[in-house]
Amino acid sequence: MSELTDLTIAEARDALARGDVTSAELTEASLGAIEGAGALNVFIRPTPERAMEQARAADARRAAGDAPAMCGIPVGVKDLFCTRGVESQAASFILDGFRPEYESTVTQNLWDAGAVMLGKLNMDEFAMGSSNETSTYGDAVNPWRRTGDNTPLTPGGSSGGSAAAVAARLCAGATGTDTGGSIRQPAAFTGTVGLKPTYGRCSRWGIVAFASSLDQAGPMTRSVRDAAIMLGAMAGHDSKDSTSADIPVPDFEAMLTGDIRGKKIGVPREYRMEGMPAEIETLWHKGAEMLRDAGAEIVDISLPHTKYALPAYYVIAPAEASSNLARYDGVRYGHRATLAQGDGITEMYEKTRAEGFGKEVQRRVMIGTYVLSAGFYDAYYNKARKVRTLIKRDFEQAFAAGVDAILTPATPSPAFALGEMSEADPVQMYLNDVFTVPTNLAGLPGISVPAGLDSGGLPLGLQLIGHPWEEGDLLNTAHALESAAGFVSKPEKWW
Amino acid sequence: MLDLTYDAPAPKVIPGATGDWELVIGMEVHAQVRSNAKLFSGASTEFGAEPNSHVSFMDAAMPGMLPVINEFCVEQAVRTGLGLRAEINLKSAFDRKNYFYPDLPKGYQTSQLYHPLVGEGEVLVDMGPGLARRVRIERIHVEEDAGKSIHDMDPAMSFVDLNRTGVALMEIVSRPDIRGPEEAAAYIAKLRQIMRYLGTCEGNMQSGNLRADVNVSVCRPGDYERYQDSQDFAHLGTRCEIKNMNSMRFIQQAIEYEARRQIGILEDGGKVTQETRLYNPDKGETRSMRGKEEAHDYRYFPCPDLLPLEIEQGWVDAIRDSLPELPDAKKARFVTDYGVTEYDAGVLTAEVENAAFFEAVAEGRDGKQAANWVINELFGRLNKEGLGIGESPVSAAQLGGVLDLIAEDAISGKIAKELFEILWEEGGDPAEIVEARGMKQVTDTAAIEAAVDEIIAANPAQVEKAKENPKLVGWFVGQVMKATGGKANPKAVNQIVAQKLGQ
Repeated sequence: MSELTDLTIAEARDALARGDVTSAELTEASLGAIEGAGALNVFIRPTPERAMEQARAADARRAAGDAPAMCGIPVGVKDLFCTRGVESQAASFILDGFRPEYESTVTQNLWDAGAVMLGKLNMDEFAMGSSNETSTYGDAVNPWRRTGDNTPLTPGGSSGGSAAAVAARLCAGATGTDTGGSIRQPAAFTGTVGLKPTYGRCSRWGIVAFASSLDQAGPMTRSVRDAAIMLGAMAGHDSKDSTSADIPVPDFEAMLTGDIRGKKIGVPREYRMEGMPAEIETLWHKGAEMLRDAGAEIVDISLPHTKYALPAYYVIAPAEASSNLARYDGVRYGHRATLAQGDGITEMYEKTRAEGFGKEVQRRVMIGTYVLSAGFYDAYYNKARKVRTLIKRDFEQAFAAGVDAILTPATPSPAFALGEMSEADPVQMYLNDVFTVPTNLAGLPGISVPAGLDSGGLPLGLQLIGHPWEEGDLLNTAHALESAAGFVSKPEKWW
Repeated sequence: MLDLTYDAPAPKVIPGATGDWELVIGMEVHAQVRSNAKLFSGASTEFGAEPNSHVSFMDAAMPGMLPVINEFCVEQAVRTGLGLRAEINLKSAFDRKNYFYPDLPKGYQTSQLYHPLVGEGEVLVDMGPGLARRVRIERIHVEEDAGKSIHDMDPAMSFVDLNRTGVALMEIVSRPDIRGPEEAAAYIAKLRQIMRYLGTCEGNMQSGNLRADVNVSVCRPGDYERYQDSQDFAHLGTRCEIKNMNSMRFIQQAIEYEARRQIGILEDGGKVTQETRLYNPDKGETRSMRGKEEAHDYRYFPCPDLLPLEIEQGWVDAIRDSLPELPDAKKARFVTDYGVTEYDAGVLTAEVENAAFFEAVAEGRDGKQAANWVINELFGRLNKEGLGIGESPVSAAQLGGVLDLIAEDAISGKIAKELFEILWEEGGDPAEIVEARGMKQVTDTAAIEAAVDEIIAANPAQVEKAKENPKLVGWFVGQVMKATGGKANPKAVNQIVAQKLGQ
């Protein structure tokens, strides 16, 4: 059944429409692939019974003449999304056994559009990490390996499980979330497409919060077309999320004309980082050339506050996280530490949170608590907010000058080995987000498109950043880049 | 607006060993917004329900839940602000106040620190006829309430009831303009009265929908005026905050105790430590709530789950246009329109329902007489029986009927009281009752004359005495009234008796 799992969402949709295949067959094929992919540790909680039930329902729905956009397409769900009756733990021990009685708006939208849930996907704990090494379920493994080298590699993070699952053909699409690059970086590490929509495009209701002003859900797929289809199904205004935008969701797929003639593509000089591998620099140039060949105009632009983005992000995101994660206190749900005789409420909090949260989460909660504390608030949090405003203004000025999209590398390196950074300064790990973080701070849509392989045979991605609410236009530019790059490589199955 | 003019009352003075001390008080009043649903969730606000029966996923802080502002609660806070003659901020924002406690499921309270919905306003606190304190309001912000921790149900465990979690509160912050314990109680009473007029807060202190944090300091005579000139708080002394008071009596006791405690420290050459204290009504003392090492750092920051709250001037204007007549204006109007005393006007306007009852009675009648009857007979009786105006067995129309009968000379004041008693016990139409039971007063002079003659004839000795002592006329009047069953017109009886006795 390997051909079935190779199908993209668009191909599967067309095959379903022609009656060449049923959702039950597609779903069985995916479930089979998942069963054989234990070594990747990506589907940490498959839901085969629910999947088959939904698949049969989708087939019945189609037979009855009602086939919405994702009808019968099996997908994976990042563990950050609350799914009714299915454990949703944000890959954290502190949510051990937590089974919500509600369904996140984004996943509900997918089910309403006919999609089939295969199960929950591995990720970094509370979406904090760039390598999927902070998960309570253990590391997710990248299906890609360096040529002639069996070293297990990271699929990136925090949506590492989603990216690896899509790359390994366990599913055609998966949900991800992106707070500082958590969709785009793993997409780049796995040769897949990852789209972070404009902040407010997808509802955050029912998604475990990391940093509320930055979090945004998005699709992870194997093609730009699939990203367009899946985003259309995920997005939409939600009155339950005050930050969700009441803006119509266009037919993104219909906007993929591939025609980008006359579009102005900005190449920001500040993204040229010292110590960046030459191969990435070369790929970036190539990407610009491909877009120029497709009829776009390439212009050098300046986003002068770029270098302050990462420090500002690592103040704002932990600050919000320290508050968002305060609810995990052992009182109402999830893990509660066993207490000793005489322990009071303070000991319950301390022991529960010490046992329940991993090191990276604890680090960020402590950083966030520190930057918000009396006497430091202005120096850190308030300053970071000002920087954020300046970064947003950088983009606005570029767009006002006529730039339609901005082209940058997606990551400063290809996938690295699991464990490689374990002894490193945490800031080294944070540097993975250097190209993706400014987009989150500005609330803009960004997409990572696979554009080539490095000398070690690992995929590399390029990032395109678009105007707010213009995901359609952005996807079209990405589609042109994808076509020109002609990325067809896939990981060789070793698992 | 009709306004009466007032003088400022004198501040409370406590004589100490080293001279006089004055009190300075500022208050933060937490008023529960009258609304069926909570501030950020659709859950019910019903009081007294089964524990944890009015709790949404949001209130319980389940993962991924988000707040959505309840527009009606905002409207109520705006209405309150307008009722306190305050500035309404068209743009405000919510902040998170972070701290851990089991009855605060999110680990933060969503409040408004940096940009409150309501700005500066003013409350006139009545302290007696012609006396009132103007207390400036610094701000009103909207925030959510916490749940309830229950520590006394089990020796080893604590319980949490989240029914109250997320209920909307208005925190009304005053300037340090309150100058004594009685003023503090009167200030809360006035806020309560205004909010009940507005329908924005039930103001029931027992069920906790009005609570106050009271800031108390002491200073020397003259210091307060120095503060007014310079706006330098240093003149007012170091304050202590007494938290979470929900009884007017305890508030007064706590202020009194706290002021004396501070004076004691200062007169012994010590320094007052700025801190939060709790009042223990059993001991009549305040005590320090927490040590310095446990001092909270609330780490306030803008709530990223909520957009800034933007409201439109037109909406505010529409609310302003729909405001009812408020206590100060109503009281002034009662004095002007009905000729009642300021004191009586104050009594009549204490509750909006009482004022409405009075107006229904006084409409087209003698205002003063209506006030006397409403206050002395009706309120007196209601108080005695522990009833509210809504439960009064005698309606405004019935009481008005009684007053009409008096005005027509159909009944005397004494009979009117009997009639009131009948209406209270049995109900019915006053005029019909008077007619049916023969209670109408006798104004027929011939009949009265006959009765007078009979009494005079039967009491010759008294007639003789009366010639010496004109005061005995009253005795004859009484006898005639008795003989006529109280129905004779007292004025006519008086006249005829005097005439017959040759006086």
